Amino acid sequence: MTAPLLEARDLTKSYSGRPAVSGVSLALAPGEIFGLLGPNGAGKTTTVSMLCGLLPPDSGTVLVAGRAISGDADPAKRQIGLVPQEIALYDELSALANLRFFGALYGLGGAALKSAIGAALDLVGLADRARDLVKTMSGGMKRRLNLAGALLHDPAVLLLDEPTVGVDPQSRNAIFDNLEELRRRGKALLYTTHYMEEAERLCDRIAIVDSGQVIAEGTLRELLKKLPASNRLRIEIEGAADLPLAELKALPGVAEEPEPLVENGRLTVSLSDLSLGTAAVLGWLTARGATPGHLASERGNLEAVFLHMTGRRLRDA
Amino acid sequence: MKNGNLPALLALIRKDLQIFVHDRRAMVLTFIVPIAIASFFGYLFGGNADKERETAKIEIRAIDQDGTALSRAVIAGLGSDPLLAVRPATLEEGRETVRKGKAAVAIVLPKGFGDAAARSLFDPTAKKPVVGLLHDPSHVGELAMVRGMLTQHAMEAVSAEAFNGSTGEKMLGEQLRDLETPTPGMSTDEQESLRQLLTGALDMNRRSREPAADGSPNTARRGLGMPFEISAEEVTSGEGVRYNGYAHSFAGMGVQFVLFAAIDLGVAILLERQKGIWKRLRGAPVSRGMLLLGKALAAAFLGLLTFTVMFTFAFLVFGVRISGSFLGFVAVAISFALMAAAFGLMIASLGKTPQAARGISMLAVLLLVMLGGAWVPSFIFPKWLQTATLVTPTRWAVDGFDAMTWRGVGFSGALAPMGVLLLSAAVFGAIAWNRFRWEE
Repeated sequence: MTAPLLEARDLTKSYSGRPAVSGVSLALAPGEIFGLLGPNGAGKTTTVSMLCGLLPPDSGTVLVAGRAISGDADPAKRQIGLVPQEIALYDELSALANLRFFGALYGLGGAALKSAIGAALDLVGLADRARDLVKTMSGGMKRRLNLAGALLHDPAVLLLDEPTVGVDPQSRNAIFDNLEELRRRGKALLYTTHYMEEAERLCDRIAIVDSGQVIAEGTLRELLKKLPASNRLRIEIEGAADLPLAELKALPGVAEEPEPLVENGRLTVSLSDLSLGTAAVLGWLTARGATPGHLASERGNLEAVFLHMTGRRLRDA
Repeated sequence: MKNGNLPALLALIRKDLQIFVHDRRAMVLTFIVPIAIASFFGYLFGGNADKERETAKIEIRAIDQDGTALSRAVIAGLGSDPLLAVRPATLEEGRETVRKGKAAVAIVLPKGFGDAAARSLFDPTAKKPVVGLLHDPSHVGELAMVRGMLTQHAMEAVSAEAFNGSTGEKMLGEQLRDLETPTPGMSTDEQESLRQLLTGALDMNRRSREPAADGSPNTARRGLGMPFEISAEEVTSGEGVRYNGYAHSFAGMGVQFVLFAAIDLGVAILLERQKGIWKRLRGAPVSRGMLLLGKALAAAFLGLLTFTVMFTFAFLVFGVRISGSFLGFVAVAISFALMAAAFGLMIASLGKTPQAARGISMLAVLLLVMLGGAWVPSFIFPKWLQTATLVTPTRWAVDGFDAMTWRGVGFSGALAPMGVLLLSAAVFGAIAWNRFRWEE
């Protein structure tokens, strides 16, 4: 792995003695989208706040291009672009005025600022709306402008805190295209979300965070391996009453968890090996006098991994 | 401050000014509303004394139950006073008009008023008539004025009757006859002195009705009059310079609305925090001091702009002049604008939510401007309140502006207000800096 652009080492943060983040470590390489996935209150936003210097960690270190950020005005902060969860724009001003202001905060001015604004607006597809007031824009356009505001100073690292909340599918896809373009340009992106399909589509690596801790990390393929069953088999059957389902778990290729069950004449079995398990289950059914009808298999996904790792308990924190 | 930070600071200031310009409500609230209210208050509190201005007369009702020449003379005297509008009424009408607030006072001259008043003028033992004053309790000031004017006109009418009229002649004759027998509570010497006085008065009365030397009727009526005349002179910045009520009201309303703008500053910071903008600002390589300084300078600039617009209007329309030190005026305005900006930052540092912060700070500002004499001049406060309100920076600001405008005081008169305002700015700024919630 090339030298990370952003590295967090053992970050911890507590509020009134209650830990919000405990020992989070991660590293982002150039040209990588790193997903931070977790339920509400898992510590994602606190982690992002520490990574971009908004919040000092109780312990641990944040390195940007190998350097620790020291102080609010540290020029190293120019390496980071932050896209807050909220639409952090001035409604009363035009898109252009917003971007001029945010660019000036990073020391940009004159032709450099003008060029940066043009490039950012082009990327997010708002060049023709530059003079529109933000308050007249749609939610999706505001989200894209929110992203543009973090790109003006050409940061090496982009921190995106749930950047697609409340947008329509078209705008979400447009934002995904923008992020993939940024990845191609060699930026390192940290993407927090609780939308599984977003993480599956975008992220090269994913860390699942719960109760302030990273409980799993890896590529999607690596995470799927953490599931006890990689596939789920559904078979519509006739004569399914009183089948001794416990016997299924002893068959080759059948996973012990989750438990097999029959609902509305449909048997659902979790498989650790698709071909071996399917053949064994079909043979077992025939031997028990049940007639298999329609059959379908379903691959395990990130949501299954997420629920497997974090549990099904409601998180309203 | 490093030079590299200057563009960021200017961007922070420019952005707030851009938002202000785009907000029509803020423009109206900052410029038009204070000018309108200041014009109204200025008119109420004397307006421009150089211009003729009709003063509202005090409405009174006269209930003449006596119906004598003397009672009519008293009412006529009151009616001739330019400050009073006197209308006749019955007792019921008088009471009703006062109750409804249409008249401030109703005067009741009872039956027998003329005889008893004339008799009581020289006889301290005589029973005095009781004049009733039915008054509106919300017009205490008018009651005091009417009481004084009634005393003056009654004394003039009663004494004129004693020295000129037939009723007076009759009364004097009766009193002289009464003195022929011992009067209880009066020594023989006192009785003799009174007898000589009454005799002289009776003599004057009879002479006053004799024809003049050329045979024409004698119309001059002699009596007791005011033993002095009053010359009132306004003490202002110089000879011929008149008090201008608009100078005070524009200062007061300027102070009030600059503080309102300061509330907007504090609330705007809280809204920026709520909208996540503050995260973006804090994510930039800009120091905390720079962020707050940018906010404060933008607010101070808007405060100065408010004073400039208001006093320019007052100068052009109402003839308000800075009769004292122009430099002192500018210094007081800058000091107050800085104080208001620091006050706004303090609101942002102490407020939890924009809504709660706006409510509490609005109350605080209204108290500050009320106690500071922005609505009504502080010199009409009770003495203890005048002293107590010296702790409010608004009082110093209003007094400072008064000193530099219509009082015509030199630059030295601006030093104390400047000192208090800058000290207040430092205190508010320190509280803001220490209590500001930086962590998101």
